[in-house]
Amino acid sequence: MFILFESLDRDNRGCLSPDDFEALGGLAMNPIGGRIMEAFFSSGQDTVDFSSFVRILAHFRPTDRNRNKEGAQQELPSSRTRKLKFAFQLYDMDRDGKISREELLQVLRAMLGLQVTEEQLQSIAERAIQEADLDKDDAISFDEFKKSLEKTDIDTKMSVSFLK
Amino acid sequence: MAALWTLSLLLSASLLGCLAMTSPDGSPLPHNLPPSLGTNISDGSLSVDLPMALRVFSMDYHHIQAPFEIVLWIMLASLAKLGFHWSGRVPAVVPESCVLIMVGLLVGGVIYGVRHSAPPTLSADAFFLFLLPPIVLDAGYFLPGRLFFENLGTILWYAVLGTLWNVLGIGLSLYGVCLLAQSSLGDVSLLHCLLFGSLIAAVDPVAVLSVFQEMQVNEQLHILVFGESLLNDAVTVVLYKLFESFLRLPSVSGLDVLLGGCRVVVVGIGGLCVGLFFGLLAALTSRFTSRAQVIAPLFVFLYSYLSYLTSEMLHFSGIMAIVTCAATMKQYVEANVSERSNTSIQYFLKMWSSVSETLIFIFLGVSTIQDIHMWSWPFVCSTLLLCLIWRATGVLLLTAFVNKLRRNAVTFRDQFIIAYGGLRGAICFSLVFLIDDFPKKRLFITTTIVVILFTVFVQGMTIKPLVELLYVKRKKRALPTLSEEIHSRLIDHLVAGIEDVVGYWGQHYWKDKFEQFNKKYLRRFLIRNDRQASSSILRVYQELERREQRGVEEEAPVDPRSQGRPLLPEEMESIRRILSRNLQNFNNKQTPAYSRHTLHQDTSVDRTRKPLYRHQSLGERYSYNTITHFQVHDGGLSEPQRVRTGLSRSHTVCSISPRSTLLDSSDSAGPAQTRSTDPKAAREDLVSPKHKETVERAARKHLSFVLENEKQQ
Repeated sequence: MFILFESLDRDNRGCLSPDDFEALGGLAMNPIGGRIMEAFFSSGQDTVDFSSFVRILAHFRPTDRNRNKEGAQQELPSSRTRKLKFAFQLYDMDRDGKISREELLQVLRAMLGLQVTEEQLQSIAERAIQEADLDKDDAISFDEFKKSLEKTDIDTKMSVSFLK
Repeated sequence: MAALWTLSLLLSASLLGCLAMTSPDGSPLPHNLPPSLGTNISDGSLSVDLPMALRVFSMDYHHIQAPFEIVLWIMLASLAKLGFHWSGRVPAVVPESCVLIMVGLLVGGVIYGVRHSAPPTLSADAFFLFLLPPIVLDAGYFLPGRLFFENLGTILWYAVLGTLWNVLGIGLSLYGVCLLAQSSLGDVSLLHCLLFGSLIAAVDPVAVLSVFQEMQVNEQLHILVFGESLLNDAVTVVLYKLFESFLRLPSVSGLDVLLGGCRVVVVGIGGLCVGLFFGLLAALTSRFTSRAQVIAPLFVFLYSYLSYLTSEMLHFSGIMAIVTCAATMKQYVEANVSERSNTSIQYFLKMWSSVSETLIFIFLGVSTIQDIHMWSWPFVCSTLLLCLIWRATGVLLLTAFVNKLRRNAVTFRDQFIIAYGGLRGAICFSLVFLIDDFPKKRLFITTTIVVILFTVFVQGMTIKPLVELLYVKRKKRALPTLSEEIHSRLIDHLVAGIEDVVGYWGQHYWKDKFEQFNKKYLRRFLIRNDRQASSSILRVYQELERREQRGVEEEAPVDPRSQGRPLLPEEMESIRRILSRNLQNFNNKQTPAYSRHTLHQDTSVDRTRKPLYRHQSLGERYSYNTITHFQVHDGGLSEPQRVRTGLSRSHTVCSISPRSTLLDSSDSAGPAQTRSTDPKAAREDLVSPKHKETVERAARKHLSFVLENEKQQ
């Protein structure tokens, strides 16, 4: 893992800066590349050191289902809840614990790009919120987010097999 | 129900009575025999006895004999199939293939009893050239592409290595058995055993398809078994021909084995290339069929069959060629060809593959009744056992390796089903007939038949209860909710990004690359008026909307729509086209990939969903903007406008947008083309030559009539 870190760290400062991330062409073309980058940098800081790098990437470890069920499972960074939390944070840029319609719209706009009109975007966001919003506060909280994804197999979806 | 079944059985009985009575000149493997009992039908001509006068009534059977018999066989097969589905509880317990084989056995028995000689058997040529291609074509056309490519590595692993493992294992162990039972089996050489192993080890796509489609397992499992059965054809064909040619050679050297290995690769890739070539050609041809739409489906079949025959001619893998051809041409043909042609293609494919499959199983049953059986307990039993053992161990070992590289591990339950679902079928049967004659050939034939019957009956019948017993994951039926789709998409992007960071070129990378290539070159070249593929989020959304509308029509308040001038015929036509296309899209999304019997699935409209009333406010706002854009200050406009927005549906939302793009002539919103909106844009071209005022009034009427038509549905 450290080798990877070093290969990304082009100016050898021992920590990563936004430019290092931007050098990855694929990430630049990724619709939510910017958000992913920001997820690496914890609030306020300008650089990512090795430990936080690893901590973020640890979210993507394949979940080990055979470990002790209750208790410890919650703390493991690769558990399903933690994975979902990470995804949730990609939406929730202002960290208020809820995905507002505007935040959802931003992500949708990034993902769907030019394929849809503003109108359709609005309706899609409307509908998505309507589906998930159980307490009718016009925003999706983390629990509602978790509930709407309960049928999806997050554990396998959000694992990169390189990380063991 | 039972009455109908007995009726069809009676009909079939009378049919096979005809078959039994007639001399079998036209049947696949000719037997020349004099007719035995001539009751009401006899060959030769029957005439009224008017000496030296014209024959008033005559019958000439020989003239039509060949097609008549073929049709009789097909009729028998279809009636049996019909009877099967009408017979109460039987379909739940016994898979269709079993029943068909039993009917075949019955028919064969009757024919044997009447004629005292073997009934016509399935000739290898007829099988490989006529009966197998439709089934494989059908499978290839409806192959779930994304799933297939995601699991391609695993499938290839199972197909190539698994088959090799099975072949060598079975061949060598059988040789061991032959050595042990020296007395009875001593003259079976190692090469013969290997040859036998190569033909008995292969999993058969026909049998797998027919059994698996009745039990709805989760798609990943299905695609693994099915993909393996398709791709192992390359390996099987090569090994079979290899061992056969080894048998003819005086001696075998290491170089020959190496060459054999190369041949596997050549055969596989050759088949692939031939298929690709013909697939692209078919796609290109379909681009120009707009003026002769009726024959468009024909091209699909012709090109696919041509690819099969070409690759057979070059000794490549025909199955791979035809599957590749179908999978390649599908997306382009569907985009190019009218909806009716699409439906025809799908229906004909299903029909032909059904008929083929039924015929194959019936003939399997019929051909079992033979004179040329040779039985040997040790050989047959050991073959059966070895097949099972080697397949099980093979799957276990291979999965252990492959699981390390996969994201979704293949669970033990899945592995069990994969191992247990390795059914043998008619391919083995035909191959065994093709072996050059040698003393123990009859033994091989008998053993093959026993293995096939065992796998189809025992394994076929028990696999369904086992699936339920082991709680194997079943197919997910519901359409994903919009949130699910959005969030899944987000996570896909996220993982792709992380993979980028980690430097791991996962599947997403290659998939993206291919999609870019596809969009840039292939689609432009091969599709007439390429409309942009809409994102899956958009599709799910539109579909949910459509379902809602169909369920909610009664609930929504109906505002009286303003009276207007009668619609132009072009407008009616375009509206009809739009609606039929939407319906087709709607139906298409629900076609299950492997269902042999149904083309359109009836889904229950979710009537509990509340309509999205907030739409109205958005629609109103936007349409207001559009109208002001035209700079027509018509006082009367606001009135019907409000009426229109009161009836807002997604069609309204979607239909307004291309209008604005047309009249704005802005290119940014251009790509927002979904299938429903494009014909509207085309229609706008029709209308724009008219006066501008009429244009917008027409649009208004058009919208309200669209809504009205929707209600009428």
